[in-house]
Amino acid sequence: MSSSAETIQDFAGRRYQAGFITDIESDTVAPGLSEDVVRLISAKKGEPEWLLDWRLRAYRHWLTLTPPTWAHVHHPPIDYQDISYYSAPKQKQKLESLDEVDPELLRTYEKLGIPLLEQKMLAGVAVDAVFDSVSVATTFKKKLGEMGVIFSSFSEAVKEHGELLRKYLGTVVPYTDNYYATLNSAVFSDGSFVFVPKGVRCPMELSTYFRINEARTGQFERTLIVAEEGAYVSYLEGCTAPQRDENQLHAAVVELVALDDAEIKYSTVQNWYPGDEEGKGGIYNFVTKRGACRGDRSKISWTQVETGSAITWKYPSCILQGDDSVGEFYSVALSNHRQQADTGTKMIHLGKRTSSTIVSKGISAGHGVQTYRGLVRIAKSAEGARNYTQCDSLLLGDRCKADTVPYIEVQNATARLEHEATTSKISDDQLFYCMQRGLAAEDAVNLIVNGFCKRVFRELPMEFAVEAQKLLEVSLEGAVG
Amino acid sequence: MLEIDNLHARVGDTPILKGLTLTLRPGEVAAIMGPNGSGKSTLSYVLSGRPGYEVTEGTVRFDGQDLLAMEADERARAGVFLAFQYPVEVPGVSNKVFLKAAVNACRKARGQGELDAYEFLKLFEDKRKLVGMGKELASREVNSGFSGGEKKRNEILQMAMLDPKLAILDETDSGLDIDALKAVSEGVNALRDGERAMLVITHYQRLLDHIVPDTVHVLVDGRIARTGGRELALELEERGYDWLKAEAAA
Ligand SMILES: Nc1ncnc2c1ncn2[C@@H]1O[C@H](COP(=O)(O)OP(=O)(O)OP(=O)(O)O)[C@@H](O)[C@H]1O
Ligand SMILES: [Mg+2]
Repeated sequence: MSSSAETIQDFAGRRYQAGFITDIESDTVAPGLSEDVVRLISAKKGEPEWLLDWRLRAYRHWLTLTPPTWAHVHHPPIDYQDISYYSAPKQKQKLESLDEVDPELLRTYEKLGIPLLEQKMLAGVAVDAVFDSVSVATTFKKKLGEMGVIFSSFSEAVKEHGELLRKYLGTVVPYTDNYYATLNSAVFSDGSFVFVPKGVRCPMELSTYFRINEARTGQFERTLIVAEEGAYVSYLEGCTAPQRDENQLHAAVVELVALDDAEIKYSTVQNWYPGDEEGKGGIYNFVTKRGACRGDRSKISWTQVETGSAITWKYPSCILQGDDSVGEFYSVALSNHRQQADTGTKMIHLGKRTSSTIVSKGISAGHGVQTYRGLVRIAKSAEGARNYTQCDSLLLGDRCKADTVPYIEVQNATARLEHEATTSKISDDQLFYCMQRGLAAEDAVNLIVNGFCKRVFRELPMEFAVEAQKLLEVSLEGAVG
Repeated sequence: MLEIDNLHARVGDTPILKGLTLTLRPGEVAAIMGPNGSGKSTLSYVLSGRPGYEVTEGTVRFDGQDLLAMEADERARAGVFLAFQYPVEVPGVSNKVFLKAAVNACRKARGQGELDAYEFLKLFEDKRKLVGMGKELASREVNSGFSGGEKKRNEILQMAMLDPKLAILDETDSGLDIDALKAVSEGVNALRDGERAMLVITHYQRLLDHIVPDTVHVLVDGRIARTGGRELALELEERGYDWLKAEAAA
């Protein structure tokens, strides 16, 4: 480290100590973002210097950026000085009993068939210390540990596997990547770290569900998953239950690294609070997810079901570096009421004979606005690359919208690309036909929507697919009639 | 079981049914014939509750209930089935999934237990054979990419599955080849059980050779112009509709 950097560090250290002491009482900082806040977060977590340094570089870079405006989403400007950056782990107010929880939320839980105990946890009601899932998680962790699989919170990983983390952090999504990813790099609160060593097939689906308490990491999560040579892991993100959330902005970063012959399957069922029918409240979900197929014959597969959030801005992508590597993106995105979703993927083909598959199913209802935005880039080096894209939109009613914005860049003539796109509507004729067979209007719509999403649901782990289906049904309630 | 009394109905501003009266006993099979545009399909839609068809006068009682007060899906569950003149495609939804949902919705409403996957498949296979439908076709997405004749056959499969009290067949014979006509007619005949009533809308005597009706009604300009036995259909085949139209206009 150069001497000038050391000076900064010293200075930083002093500044941070002051900040720390004043804030330790309340355990939160006042809204606002500054270098002090970044130092405070890092210090509070007891992070090593290299990480603080990384955060600070991200912060300084962020100051030079402006929010992107190209997405088809509209929202009032976000006041970044009005957000508390040390509210993570989230300061959810503990409630004493379910009676204090919003009844509408409970109704939704009931419909989803979530057991009472879990309902309590999800709603932030204090639960007894002995909770089944916790011990289950511990048992799993032990078993994983024996196989050399690391599955821990990000903060824990910083302490226990610092060097490993440092080797990969920011190598897929650099801190300079984009406005929201850069902000995340500066202030990320927590998240998950997964490492599957060479030749190990992770024997179970890794799910944040098992760490539901820890998973309350607030707005700026950071996830890093590394699969070494020949390793395999399937990761399920988020809990499938709807979460009310007071926070507005959610800017997460997910990085995946697959080495030779490794495979990572990443599934998300996202159901953040979408705001009410008038479009009040709800989450702005601005997420950067990217996977690097670094090794030959490696494979990364993204599957997402997006039913929540007021605004979704999300493009899980694959960089197909290794020869014969494979990228997949399966997506169902729903926008009802005033929800806006601008989502899609990027498939960057660099290696020889790389192939990618994109299946996107967009559903718009109410005043929902939905944009599929996808990029397929075949670099000069990507001899014999292939892509298949299928992009379907389903409209319910006359007031919603769907757009498809595919970008294709081909620099190698041997590439083979296929693109299919359809837009359809649930017609009055279809609805009447189904009802004439005895189905209630809502059941008819659910049946048609499920049929529409089948190709994507098939990619989800079994239990997840069932819950995703239920979520869609709940989310579409009142979309007809 | 079905009593239609002085039924007037319109689509938008156009009156189409103009005082239609018709009664159907349990087990009765009545043919409805009549020129193009006379209101046959309109009658089938009004009875099944299609939105956009407005009843301005008259009553319809079905099994003692006020049919017109019920929603389309309630009517279906109460036992009214319409085999569409133009069956609708429902892409993405397999015939089996669709029918299982429909059958169980109807069974539930009728106080019968829902069928589990095994019971359903057994019923499905029985009925599929009854209407002579290929295995592959029967498992495809509802009417999706079906030929005209295949769609019609699928309607009869659905009817067999749903076990309605009243089946309205709107030109089920049109678009069927000779063998299919025979197979479908046999399927329909097998569902004649002395209880189930049927309204068979057709233009052609040849269907009535297979599905022999108890009564024949001729619909002209939104009204029943004549009612008779099966010989009336033969008379129409010979004389056409002009004489009835003239009578109706007089
Ligand atoms: N949506 C509509 N808007 C306006 N007029 C309509 C509408 N639907 C039906 N009609 C009219 O109502 C009249 C009766 O139509 P309907 O389909 O009931 O006749 P049909 O007896 O079934 O004829 P076909 O033998 O050709 O099937 C026709 O003149 C038709 O044009
Ligand atoms: Mg007709």
